Amino acid sequence: MRYVFALLLLILLVPAALAVEPSERLSDPALEARARALSEQLRCLVCQNETIDESSAPLAHDLRVLLRQRIAAGDTDAQAVKFLTDRYGDFVLLKPPVEPATYVLWFGPIAVLLLAAGGALIYLRRRKAATPAAPLSEAERRRIERLIEEDG
Amino acid sequence: MRRLLFLLPVAMFVAVAVYFLLALNPNRDPTLVPSALIDKPAPVFDLGGLDGGKGLALAGFKGQVAIVNFFASWCEPCRDEHPLLMGLEKKIGVPLYGIAYKDKPADTEHFLKELGDPYDAIGVDESGRTAIDFGVYGVPETYVIDKQGRIRKRFVGPLSESAIAGELLPLVQQLQHS
Repeated sequence: MRYVFALLLLILLVPAALAVEPSERLSDPALEARARALSEQLRCLVCQNETIDESSAPLAHDLRVLLRQRIAAGDTDAQAVKFLTDRYGDFVLLKPPVEPATYVLWFGPIAVLLLAAGGALIYLRRRKAATPAAPLSEAERRRIERLIEEDG
Repeated sequence: MRRLLFLLPVAMFVAVAVYFLLALNPNRDPTLVPSALIDKPAPVFDLGGLDGGKGLALAGFKGQVAIVNFFASWCEPCRDEHPLLMGLEKKIGVPLYGIAYKDKPADTEHFLKELGDPYDAIGVDESGRTAIDFGVYGVPETYVIDKQGRIRKRFVGPLSESAIAGELLPLVQQLQHS
């Protein structure tokens, strides 16, 4: 029983399966860390909701290796990413760049929120500003009383 | 003015509805990635050939419209596409080049011996590096290159009869006369 428990614990401790193979890693830990950070932001084109860091598709493997080659050759992060966007377009970036074509994507939600907040504000102000109904006159009150009595 | 304000939500609804109508079109494939290289110079490459073949280099394209087809013997859709490629060169009147993607030359040779060789020349891209330079993300992919060596169109996945008649042929004719 104890062994089963230990085994279960061991399974829990195993980190999520990593697609990065040991042979792909760069020997310099600093460069490898940069490569990891970059590949976590790049979309695998084969399994399109995975990063190339997670994907076990052969193309993702090739791109990981290529990315590491660029970094080892002295590319900056931006240059290494540009190497891929030159070939595959902005589609490989999981975080799209802010540019005229993506303004709606980036600022649309804020614009809708502001629009709604503005509308709500105008509505509330107007409701507050509406003059309260004038109090009943003496004649009206008497008439109501009479009506209630009649009803009873 | 007031009335116009009331129409605003209706207008927004119509805009969203039209967007959904376009985005949910059953003929639209959302996984299709647009090529980043359209109207840009094709990447330079110089690939070795199959046994006895001359290989394939971009330098040899100069001045003529060309079709480049990435394929592999292990790729099932390539097998489906193959019969369409067989008569293609005669039909369109420009060279059809093949690039064997991540395939052992012996397997490629076997594949072509079995099904026929539709290509004017074949380059062997065993590492897949040339394919990455083209932005290939799955075989088969087919590229149209113009007289100036620019990529003008990419077809992702197997060509179909309708794609050839409706898109490839008209484009090639237009490029040849320009």
